[in-house]
Amino acid sequence: MTTLTTRQTSRWERFRDSYLLYSFKRDLIAQVSLLVFILLVGAALLAPWLAPMNPYDLAQINILASELPPFWVDGSDPMYLMGTDAQGRDLLSTILYGLRVSLIIGFGAVAMQATLGVCFGLLAGYLGGRVDAFLMRLADIQLSFSTLMVAIIVGALFKAIFGGATFSDYAVPLLVLIIGLAEWPQYARTVRASVLAEKGKEYVDAARVMGLPSRRIMFRHILPNTLSPIFVISTVQVANAIISEAALSFLGLGMPETQPSLGSLIKSGFDYLQSGSWWITLIPGLVLVVLVLVINLLGDWLRDVLNPRLYKG
Amino acid sequence: MIAFLIKRLFHALLVMFVISLISFAIQDNLGDPIQQMVGQSVPESEREALREELGLNDPFAVQYMRFVANAAQFDFGYSYIFNEPTTQVIMRHLPATLELVAATTFLIIVLSVPIGVYSAIKPRAWLSRFFMGASIVGISIPVFLTAIVLIQIFAIGVSWSPFPTDTGWGSWLNELVSTQGGMPAYGRGNPIPVFGTWETNFASLEGLSYLVLPAISLASIMLPLFIRLIRAEMLEVLQSDYVKFARAKGISPRRIYFLHALKNTMLPVITVGGVQIGTLVAYTILTETVFQWPGMGLMFLDAIERSDIPLIVTYLMIVGLIFVITNTLVDLIYGLINPTVKLTGKPA
Amino acid sequence: MSLLDVNHLDVRFALRGGDVRALRDVCFSLDRGERLGIVGESGAGKSVAAFTLLNLIAQPGYIAGGSIEFDGQELIGLSDRKLRKVRGHRMSMIFQDPMMTLNPVLTIGEQMVECLKAHRRISTRQARTISINRLQQVQIPSPEARLDQYPHELSGGMRQRVIIAIALLLDPDIIIADEPTTALDVTIQAEIMALLLELCETHNVGLILITHDLGVVSQVTQRMLVMYAGRVIEQGPTREIINDPQHPYTQGLINALPQMATPGERLNQIPGSMPSLSKLPSGCAFHPRCGFVERPDGSHRSACHEEVPAFVTSGNCQAACHMVAEMIESERIPAEEQD
Repeated sequence: MTTLTTRQTSRWERFRDSYLLYSFKRDLIAQVSLLVFILLVGAALLAPWLAPMNPYDLAQINILASELPPFWVDGSDPMYLMGTDAQGRDLLSTILYGLRVSLIIGFGAVAMQATLGVCFGLLAGYLGGRVDAFLMRLADIQLSFSTLMVAIIVGALFKAIFGGATFSDYAVPLLVLIIGLAEWPQYARTVRASVLAEKGKEYVDAARVMGLPSRRIMFRHILPNTLSPIFVISTVQVANAIISEAALSFLGLGMPETQPSLGSLIKSGFDYLQSGSWWITLIPGLVLVVLVLVINLLGDWLRDVLNPRLYKG
Repeated sequence: MIAFLIKRLFHALLVMFVISLISFAIQDNLGDPIQQMVGQSVPESEREALREELGLNDPFAVQYMRFVANAAQFDFGYSYIFNEPTTQVIMRHLPATLELVAATTFLIIVLSVPIGVYSAIKPRAWLSRFFMGASIVGISIPVFLTAIVLIQIFAIGVSWSPFPTDTGWGSWLNELVSTQGGMPAYGRGNPIPVFGTWETNFASLEGLSYLVLPAISLASIMLPLFIRLIRAEMLEVLQSDYVKFARAKGISPRRIYFLHALKNTMLPVITVGGVQIGTLVAYTILTETVFQWPGMGLMFLDAIERSDIPLIVTYLMIVGLIFVITNTLVDLIYGLINPTVKLTGKPA
Repeated sequence: MSLLDVNHLDVRFALRGGDVRALRDVCFSLDRGERLGIVGESGAGKSVAAFTLLNLIAQPGYIAGGSIEFDGQELIGLSDRKLRKVRGHRMSMIFQDPMMTLNPVLTIGEQMVECLKAHRRISTRQARTISINRLQQVQIPSPEARLDQYPHELSGGMRQRVIIAIALLLDPDIIIADEPTTALDVTIQAEIMALLLELCETHNVGLILITHDLGVVSQVTQRMLVMYAGRVIEQGPTREIINDPQHPYTQGLINALPQMATPGERLNQIPGSMPSLSKLPSGCAFHPRCGFVERPDGSHRSACHEEVPAFVTSGNCQAACHMVAEMIESERIPAEEQD
């Protein structure tokens, strides 16, 4: 199955490549966004080598050096370029590691929701009838509850079921699951709409007349034609997933402070805002905003270029 | 129209059914009322007897029916933390959240409609480009971060002196880039009681000042979405034949934009936007946490932290009810505005 | 002097890859009460011409040159305010698809009354009376009840009648009808066309009828233009063009009519398709599809792909074709030799 999918993806990419590249060369915003995005992802991947300290290593933390400001503010220590947080961790290192956690959860959660959403969407659109009605009603209910609310509820449930300590230990896979469960309806609706549009076309009829099994028709014939909208949604969804993770962490339902993501860093700094240590909150906040912004800008650009039929609302 | 209403009502009931099932499943699996009532020391045999007496050994369906029957009378049991009926706890926290959502909705409507319409009418104007750029930046900032930045700037204050302080113009510029702070950003202040447990922030200037920052940060999450939605719909409508025909009739642009085009633009905006306003309730959890706004969201988070299962379940049911009511209201308004709904029973 | 004089009209669309010329050097005129047909395949620029007359070309289209003189007044460059006094009042328009032309959220009455009120200082009551009167003229049953109905409550044919009634509301001098029956059921098409013709005659309204249907043009109009790739290629009295088309393209169009084919055989059709406006062939835009680039003696007429043909007059008609020009030339030379 995997080889099949990659072959189809590359064929599709070859088809789009020329025009994608052409419009990319003419769009300065897209170029800058991609550059910043690559830099951020690179910094996150190379965090263990780039970061001056390891924030997970308690031996390296000096509690006496807590709440030091960044280098351009009076009273800073040149050892800590971006200052330190309340526990005396080097903020730059913590941000780099946090960026890594945020990106892993963002991409992981999107992979999860895409898998769920594409499967449900294909099923609903292709089979129709009761399955369709049930899945779409479920999607409706979830969306009317808002994805954030669903994520908070599922997160709270997981925390209650597993207990705080276990939840912290398995926070990354659990958050991927939570955000995946909360956001699949976006994919399902779009895929379903594309399937319904494709289903009426002759080539699908032809495949059915030839007696191909429906699973084969769905994955080999219909799915490749829905890839364009899926691709566009995915960029926006990565941005959304990163924000969702940050929101959950901010509420204490996400990454623990010992293994902080950008969201839990912002949360841990919030308590020190009143005492004047704004950098613990605002510097990771700025990194988060830049990351999400460049992904959104890339998503906007992709939508303009590929111009797929997206499910409205 | 009546068929339409019945259909919506049926849909609403279905949604409430699903929510109640989920809520009950949570209560059934996570909450152990015996534990809460008698503590650890009571022997197992006594617990079992109590279990039997309370009907906790009844089949799932029977217990669920009992749950629904109680829920229909707004009886969801006692909160562990507050030691009073959960509905009472919710009713005490509800006004704060509803007022915050109302103020936010007001901000969103007042700002998004003119901005969205303007950037659709003049898509090439620099102001439109600015709004579009600002909206994508706005979408990218998480709501709690907006709240934090607002607190830093307007409540704590920013003293910044990048210019020389020994010259007149320097200190003037320094004052310009610095802020005083002092805006209230913690709690509701002293809201004025209206009736029962309802206290309002709308009745005094002081009360309103407490609403400003929370409402702005809550609005910041939806405003960009609304502006982009209104602009996109309006742009599409302006391309339509009926707008061209109105031009060919010699109608004034103002009437074309604000009657012909806006009325058609608002139809999809109401359906999509109405649902979004409902979801604002979810985002209040974040804003209320940052501003310690004593509403349902803050209460819910507290309940999660302390595993107050009855309160969590009640919150879910009440919020579900709020969503269902807003969605039904939105459909109703849509049906009233859209003349094609009356005949067919569903939007064309 | 005619009521409407269009001269050297040049309309372009500013697209990313450069300007696309939708109309080139379009000239025609219309007398009071006259009915003119504009014929061509889709993409020939007929609808652009219609919208340009009321200066309703939307971005990225723009008028690059030429003049539209209406009743002694130049319309190009006129302020939007003054143009609005012409639109719907002295020149009104009927669109192609009646299902899309009326605003779905406003009643028929609102859409009629607003048009009257935009041009005359009258009360709503008076405006409604006039509207009811017009709805009667387009033979809509119980017109009073219709005023408070929404467009979706009427059938397509009824809606097109309402649109005709709106076009007639202010007794215009000219009605521009852009394929007014194409979107309707075949059975209703003739009815609507007959109604439009009758109303134009009784009210002495000029009609510019844009269509691809030569049959309708021959029944309704007195004069016609044939357009191809943004240019007028033949014009003259309808009867003469239909009976004796000069331009090979017009000949092709008439030959393609079903009634021209021998029963049981394939319909005649013009080979190839209309070129894209952004990639027009050199010289005469029709030459790649034209069967007359080779002279009857087998020699090649190079002018066809080198020069844009100018109009030559033949009888009451004018055609822009090198072949026609050559034929007229060759007829005249023997005539001179006889003298």
